[in-house]
Amino acid sequence: MGKRYSCHKISEGKADGEALVSLDDIMFYLIKPETGVVIEPSHDLYGKSMAQKILIFPSGKGSSVVQADGLFQLNKNGNMPKAMIIQYPETVLVSSAIIMDIPMVDKVDPAFYEDIKSGDEIIVNADEGYIEII
Amino acid sequence: MKLTDEQKAMLEGEYGEGAAYAMKIEVAIGESFDAERMVPITRAHVALSNQDADLWFAEKMLEKGAHCRVSPTVNPGFCVSFFKERGLVKDEDAEMMMRTHNAYKGLGATLTYNCTPYVATNIPNYGEICAFSESSATPYVNSVWGARSNREGANSALCAAITGFVPEYGLLLDENRKGNILVNIEADMKSDFEYHLLGYCGKKIGPGIPVFTGLPSHISPESLTNLGAQLNTSGAYGMYHIVGFTPEARTMEEAFGGKKPERVVNITNKDLEDILEQISYSGNRKIDFAMFGCPHFTLNQAKHIASKVEGKKLSVPLWILTSYHVKELADRMGITQIIEDAGGNIIPDTCPDQPCWNWLNGKVGVTESPKCAYYPKRRGIEFVIRDLDTCIEAAIKGEVI
Repeated sequence: MGKRYSCHKISEGKADGEALVSLDDIMFYLIKPETGVVIEPSHDLYGKSMAQKILIFPSGKGSSVVQADGLFQLNKNGNMPKAMIIQYPETVLVSSAIIMDIPMVDKVDPAFYEDIKSGDEIIVNADEGYIEII
Repeated sequence: MKLTDEQKAMLEGEYGEGAAYAMKIEVAIGESFDAERMVPITRAHVALSNQDADLWFAEKMLEKGAHCRVSPTVNPGFCVSFFKERGLVKDEDAEMMMRTHNAYKGLGATLTYNCTPYVATNIPNYGEICAFSESSATPYVNSVWGARSNREGANSALCAAITGFVPEYGLLLDENRKGNILVNIEADMKSDFEYHLLGYCGKKIGPGIPVFTGLPSHISPESLTNLGAQLNTSGAYGMYHIVGFTPEARTMEEAFGGKKPERVVNITNKDLEDILEQISYSGNRKIDFAMFGCPHFTLNQAKHIASKVEGKKLSVPLWILTSYHVKELADRMGITQIIEDAGGNIIPDTCPDQPCWNWLNGKVGVTESPKCAYYPKRRGIEFVIRDLDTCIEAAIKGEVI
């Protein structure tokens, strides 16, 4: 078993996969649905794909209409992130995750942020309230 | 979370499957924010978007028999008749707009198709609990009117309209409405345009509730609309304070709830210039069109444009997006005639981020709104961003000078 960290469930479910860490807030509209690649210039994930990754980022940003649609389009193409780990929940992002059935957690043990890096294999279990770095 | 008997019955399906599903989502949101109870709302605004996920969700709710207990005003899609008459929209896109129209009509929404209800058709009272989605709307009703809404998503606002309840958390509670970032404005706020740029400084301002000082003593509704819209394009803000201006910030102490700011940010002319440089399509150049009304223009803004183009001929198309009622007033007052004589149009019910603009792919426009420039990027449309008068001049000359 890898190292486990506590967290708080926002949207139910569990997933495992490769971690992708963003220091910038994310707006799911400026992601190419066909590839999952971030197309927002000056974003720190610019050019990187979030498809089927476990996405770790501070919070959402952008117009209230576009988060759900961005995720919906990614999902239609099979490129939605598998789970999301956030720091600052906001209603738009939370309701989008619940409606699109994406596991989402927050209030993660601060040690997690010192240990995690993009490329790590991790498990997010929102239902039981833990994250594990494998 | 503690539910009343009525709320429990709704969750269990006594008010129909649609209301039960909406309640399930509302409860899940409430639990993720540790809300203790649900409270009734008396107003709602749904950021209808006529996009796949929006239509999917609205039709899903309608199929489940949902009907709004609190009829929400709704955001624009596009004006089917305007674009169809001119052959600018594909049949399948027009059909989708009609499906969206029918879905929201069936759900019992108030079909305003306007993104600025908070200055016109849906104005809350001080302290009124409501569910407003739409990026420019939530900060306006919280900050300027002192009403209470979280920054709802289009979906969560629709669930609130259907159930008539929202979970009590976040900006509904006194303790979460205090500022934590002091933002000193040292920049010259010469016109409504500078508020667009100030709002776009979200990255520098950082997360939280900004408290602005150093702004002029009179701030127009248009400026406040711009500020909220751009704060939520560059970041996620449900509320701000302006000391000595907004109702919950009569003094600095009140704005911060007696606490010290966690952060202090100074915004200078250089910050606004840098932001403009960063977000505008580069340089002075020839343009293909001018687009205004993101957020929807007011009657005053339409009048201003009319006064500048009266008796002139525009070199490129100029579109003013607005509400149906402003369009109606503009028609009556002869403003529409002046703008049409110059070669422009006032278009009701329409948003820049709609398929009716797909034919502008590869073209470069001019606008005063960073939000107008931001979202259409994925349709391959670029914008030079300038202040309104420079934009109008550009539409007359055909290039930005």
